Amino acid sequence: MTPTQRRWVFLAGVAGLVAFYLWGLLGLPGFGNYPGPYGFVINRVAVAQTNATGVVSAVNFDYRGFDTVGEEFILFAAAAGVATVLRRLRGERERPAVDEAADRNVPPTSGAVRMVALLFTGPLVVVGWWLASHAQANPSGGFQGGVVLASAFILIYLAGEFLVFKRFSPVDVTDAVEAVGAGGFAAVGVAAVGLGLAYLTNFLDKGQFYGSVSSSGTIALISFFVGLEVAAAFIMIIAELLEQTLFIRGGG
Amino acid sequence: MTAAVVTPYTVPVGMMDALQITILVLVAAGATAVVLVRDRVRQVVVLSVYGILLAVLFLAFQAPDVTLSELTVGAVALPIVLLLALAKVRKKEE
Repeated sequence: MTPTQRRWVFLAGVAGLVAFYLWGLLGLPGFGNYPGPYGFVINRVAVAQTNATGVVSAVNFDYRGFDTVGEEFILFAAAAGVATVLRRLRGERERPAVDEAADRNVPPTSGAVRMVALLFTGPLVVVGWWLASHAQANPSGGFQGGVVLASAFILIYLAGEFLVFKRFSPVDVTDAVEAVGAGGFAAVGVAAVGLGLAYLTNFLDKGQFYGSVSSSGTIALISFFVGLEVAAAFIMIIAELLEQTLFIRGGG
Repeated sequence: MTAAVVTPYTVPVGMMDALQITILVLVAAGATAVVLVRDRVRQVVVLSVYGILLAVLFLAFQAPDVTLSELTVGAVALPIVLLLALAKVRKKEE
């Protein structure tokens, strides 16, 4: 096929794509126009039914809890996959990077970076826990809280070095926390089945006041477990990548 | 059509529209910038800035929970994963 013919095939494809895309755009509802009744129903009943003012969390962890279990295990499987793919292979060896240009001066981590990292580590842990444990009251949730928690550990790496990062997040502990997080979510669902209810039914006492930390029953509990799982999964992925970059050398 | 609920956080409609249009334009510019930067390490930094822009976009469209996710994943976690992968690849190339 000559370049000219190839260009025509390409142009025909682009024309088709543009036509279908514009056709699809024409069929969209107007900007900000929500046609379905489902959202309006949830908005009306969610706070009264669940005592959670974080209605997004109520949808994620209660009304559509089954979907979220699936998402949870997608992340779980992804972290397991990263750990499997990045493990040390036969013929690869583990050693710290050797500086091959001995006369080169590697600048140490700057004081400013250390300072900022150390200043933010504590507050990030607090904010992460706050987000993960207040899903029922705020527009937050276990996922957001978990990632914020994990980024506190990344700051520890930035301020110190890999060995300090490893001391704060040993592999066994990270693995165990991830398993507890993922298993805990599933177990809350199974507990409902044990009581003769449908899987993931919100069976706990929903408290007296909407929007308080102790209210909303299983929503708060599930959010807590999601926070554990997400934080551990992210720390694990970053740790695997760091180890792969810093320590594992190709075979030979 | 229900009556508008006025809260301390209510923003006048016209201002909200202006904010949304501004951030949509910025996101379009940011996405283009990510594609146009050719140096890989710089591209990751631009991608991180793009993540922050997307977070502001979600905030302007009243999805604060998605804002939090995008801020942490798009602006922090994804760039770190990419930077580490680049460091590994560069070591192989040497």
